[in-house]
Amino acid sequence: MPPDVFFRRRRLQSLLFFAVIGALTYGSIVITQFDVVQGIAAVPRAFVWAVANFIPDERAWSRLPRILEKLQETVLVSIAASTVAALFGLGLALLGANTTRPHPWLSLPARGLASIFRNIDVSVWALILLFSFGQSGFTGFFALFFVTFGFITRVMIETIDEIGADSVEALRATGAGYGAIISQSVIPACLPQLISWLLYMIETNIRSATLVGILTGTGIGFLFDLYFKNFSYGSASLVVLVTVVAVILIEMLSNSIRRTIL
Amino acid sequence: MALLEIDTLTKRYGGETLALDSVSFSVDDGEFVAIIGPSGAGKSTLLRCINRLIDISDGDIRFDGMSVPQLRGAALRRHRTRIGMIFQHYNLVNRLSVIENVLHGRLGYKNTLQGILGLYSDAEKREAVRVLETLGLSEQMYKRCDQLSGGQKQRVGIARALVQQPKMLLCDEPIASLDPGSAKVIMDTLRDINTTMGITVLVNLHQVDVALRYARRIIGINRGQVVYDGSPDTLTNAQIYQIYGSEAGELILDLKERYAA
Repeated sequence: MPPDVFFRRRRLQSLLFFAVIGALTYGSIVITQFDVVQGIAAVPRAFVWAVANFIPDERAWSRLPRILEKLQETVLVSIAASTVAALFGLGLALLGANTTRPHPWLSLPARGLASIFRNIDVSVWALILLFSFGQSGFTGFFALFFVTFGFITRVMIETIDEIGADSVEALRATGAGYGAIISQSVIPACLPQLISWLLYMIETNIRSATLVGILTGTGIGFLFDLYFKNFSYGSASLVVLVTVVAVILIEMLSNSIRRTIL
Repeated sequence: MALLEIDTLTKRYGGETLALDSVSFSVDDGEFVAIIGPSGAGKSTLLRCINRLIDISDGDIRFDGMSVPQLRGAALRRHRTRIGMIFQHYNLVNRLSVIENVLHGRLGYKNTLQGILGLYSDAEKREAVRVLETLGLSEQMYKRCDQLSGGQKQRVGIARALVQQPKMLLCDEPIASLDPGSAKVIMDTLRDINTTMGITVLVNLHQVDVALRYARRIIGINRGQVVYDGSPDTLTNAQIYQIYGSEAGELILDLKERYAA
């Protein structure tokens, strides 16, 4: 194929690609009868309304101690749920990873279990668990726990197979037993990744905890729901602001931890 | 006396692919043997059958008088402690220090609890330090392995195998990822280990010139079959051609002329 034909074909391909994307977008807008112009025109009005109503007022600031107390509760539940889930996730990942599974038959069930837990959204877990635990802290804890458990299992299976395989082979060749291989080579090799994913899940879970709290009536989400339904928009927005600040702080902290361990 | 006897060893993958096809040879105590052949000929599979990192389909392997194919559990672990293995990609735990990696060679001698906790005796630690000194790695002892060069990493791999106090070393392409200088250091080290410590060395190589220079016996493998077994001196160009097949033939003939002289 001469180069000019090659490049003409390339150009045609990209042109076709953008045409398809464009058609899809236009089609979606037509089908849902979404008026783009009206939507964009409404943005300034919505913004003005939000600014007028969502600036924390005096009453909101007087509620700050209560908000912070609930925030602390939420952060701690997220940390506890994520950490416990990471331990269990690592355990299941060891059973599921090709390099460390004690028996080939365990691999598929382990991956399947991880998939189920991970692919059910945290809000769905919260609603399901509401039936078993009612409106208590346990519901939130377990909703976060299940999602984190599924996620950590999935990523650690990949991590173990990717960075553990070589040293596992070497330790098997020395005659080391299964427990020694796991504790002396797999864990040290994979620990930084585990910690990094754990930190990531703690951040994610603090964000999710807000939503879960709305559903389960606990933590910072409960406060947000309460203020919002009482038309105390200023207080509700202070809850959001405080949560955002907390997440950013934790993100900064975990980034610096990551830099030192990786 | 034969240390290792391999008798009509066959390895099939998934019922069809024949990785090793009735391989038979024996290795005496103290030999230095190079196994040569093209990629995918079955060299790595052969080494991994000897220490049973992979299971054998058919045939027998006897190591130091003991039959290997049926070994399980503690007996298999004991068998593996007596054979050190060295890998192309070193297979170290990169985040751990050099000495921790070397001590991994002792894990085969540990019970479950000692192994999990990584409890090593003072004598074992002293031995690890001594081995590192003889390999010229005393400076690097407490460094993390990911700070080492390729040649240093391979020497750590050798140290890990030596603290096992093995009767035999299996080396799977030990210099394939190294520059010529480091490769020479590693091959010289393996020769020293063979001559001064009396440890039998079985090394997979795909560099014919290196094999001819270091080994006192060459085993040529092609498509899972032994096509040559004998001294490097009697290995003819035609036989090298046969081991490597048509593609690589010309290049290898050149090498043979240059290095065999």
